[in-house]
Amino acid sequence: MKSNVLEQTATQTFDLSARGLRELNSSLHALSGATNMTAWEVVNPKGAHAIAAGVDAPVDISVMGSTGYYCAGMNKQATIRVKGSAGPGVAENMMSGTVIVDGDASQYAGATGRGGLLVIKGNASSRCGISMKGVEIVVHGNIGHMSAFMAQSGSLVVCGDAGDALGDSLYEAKLFVRGSVKSLGADCIEKEMRPEHLEHLADLLRRGECDPTIKPEEFRRYGSARKLYNFNIDNASAY
Amino acid sequence: MTSEFPHTPPRKSYTFSDAVNADIRRAAATGIYDIRGGGTKRFLPHFDDLLFLGASISRYPLEGYREKCATDVWLGTRHAKKPIHLDIPVTIAGMSFGALSGPAKEALGRGASAAGTSTTTGDGGMTEEERGHSKTLVYQYLPSRYGMNPDDLRRADAIEVVVGQGAKPGGGGMLLGQKISDRVAMMRNLPKGIDQRSACRHPDWTGPDDLEIKILELREITDWEKPIYVKIGGARPYYDTALAVKAGADVVVLDGMQGGTAATQDVFIEHVGQPILACIPQAVKALQDLGMHRKVQLIVSGGIRSGADVAKAMALGADAVAIGTAALIALGDNDPALEAEYQKLGTTAGAYDDWHEGKDPAGITTQDPELYSRFDPVLGGRRLTNYLKVMTLEAQTIARACGKNHLHNLEPEDLCALTIEAAAMAGVPIAGTSWIPGRNGSF
Repeated sequence: MKSNVLEQTATQTFDLSARGLRELNSSLHALSGATNMTAWEVVNPKGAHAIAAGVDAPVDISVMGSTGYYCAGMNKQATIRVKGSAGPGVAENMMSGTVIVDGDASQYAGATGRGGLLVIKGNASSRCGISMKGVEIVVHGNIGHMSAFMAQSGSLVVCGDAGDALGDSLYEAKLFVRGSVKSLGADCIEKEMRPEHLEHLADLLRRGECDPTIKPEEFRRYGSARKLYNFNIDNASAY
Repeated sequence: MTSEFPHTPPRKSYTFSDAVNADIRRAAATGIYDIRGGGTKRFLPHFDDLLFLGASISRYPLEGYREKCATDVWLGTRHAKKPIHLDIPVTIAGMSFGALSGPAKEALGRGASAAGTSTTTGDGGMTEEERGHSKTLVYQYLPSRYGMNPDDLRRADAIEVVVGQGAKPGGGGMLLGQKISDRVAMMRNLPKGIDQRSACRHPDWTGPDDLEIKILELREITDWEKPIYVKIGGARPYYDTALAVKAGADVVVLDGMQGGTAATQDVFIEHVGQPILACIPQAVKALQDLGMHRKVQLIVSGGIRSGADVAKAMALGADAVAIGTAALIALGDNDPALEAEYQKLGTTAGAYDDWHEGKDPAGITTQDPELYSRFDPVLGGRRLTNYLKVMTLEAQTIARACGKNHLHNLEPEDLCALTIEAAAMAGVPIAGTSWIPGRNGSF
């Protein structure tokens, strides 16, 4: 009796190269909140696309290697850890849960994300957090150009530097950068760091598994100047 | 003192016409380009320039009231586990909640479902009004991703990846502050009252190779159940269709420049894109060259108004059509009964296109509760059903006259053209000749 329970709750190891993407995702989609198969390990990912896309259950999934496009796309509830680097669009449109990339992330990381936490322990490429709509993103390293483009809400924390045109045309998302910003995009300005921002940032740094010696006071906050919210011909050169 | 010679009579410039001069004065006074809804208003070669030949001795017609002419269509048979089966090949094009009121979306769902066809969401996410009242609902996947979530993806019947639309191929969306109500703002995750700009490119893919991977992801998320459409504007239909097929589309939706929009620049609507008549043969040729005609279905839109237009589009090789502007007119948009109210807005019934201002007296393109509560979604739905059924009967009438027992059996050989332009675009001969301009060089 006991051995059966142990077997059901043990980590499920899934060899992606042997069993294929369709079987992996259909197995993960079959899980619900009541499952006791809560720990999964995907081996031999070999850069495959759409690994663990569309999961909607409170399970832990570790991908033992690097992934292609859209790993953890539209994630709900699950904690997904990539033990390698992630290709374009990791955790795109994620709704909730946590996605952690141990290595670097390619472009569009966390694009249009609506909720949950995305942590990138290496660097993120261009367009990180593009069009984000509520997700919280913590990048331990640097981010590339055009990050947080048209970002609507949520928070983007960058412990390193940001590339060109940070926060271009952004709406109400909050951007925190510890290092340098190569340039700000249209309508993005530095804003005052108030106590509530420091408190929020401290929480994100903790949940983002950042080096505890990094302090919120070392960051600058950026947000929307809100000058492009309603069209004005005298601002046309900003577009 | 008067001259002994008569004066030259006043003569206005064709180049600088009254309308052109009015545009210049408006630009000078306001400092902003003209923004409006709807599709192009210019004269274009269109389905009116084509005629059916009908049957006589060399072709047998079918009895109008006795012999069956089927109208159903399957969509998404290439890859989807659950392809869509519609009773009629006239679908409702994507129009957003935000651009349209909730009751208008409900009416589209009611009308389409009763007529046995599908409706489509738009750039604002899926509402309960349209999901609840649409038997078959196509969920648009747009660059803005407003309201996008996996639950709505899974409760949709098909997914339409929108790359472009006919009114503004290469352009993004626009919803001005007047229409960003509390509910619209919440669905789009935006501050109320701002001018909302939708991106023209998707945020997480670029080009056909990426699109192929994006489609794979959408299929994986929905367990390969849903047909995946790819919607393109009438820009380069041969290559765009071929690339959509290469990327894995089950269905290509092709929207010509007559297709409407909720709001964009007038200069964009009138000067970018190609008429649907020019687009269809190009898309069909791409499908034929790939051996995918009828395997990947083609839905065409942009200026479809009647059963004759449906029949002509299908004779050119489309599997189905979509209507947007015509559906709104069926619901009551631009109705002369509201002329007094249109006059108050400085326009006239039939010309009202300031949908972005949210003051629509018909209660269709507005988020103002006082205005949209005028609109009865049950009555509107009934009117749309009637219209869809009339279009279908009209198309059947023509198909039977051409001897066809299914609308899909109509073919270019059933058509002739009235103008050289239409003949060249449609690839059918000018009436009374065997000459197709651009083919074989002779007649």
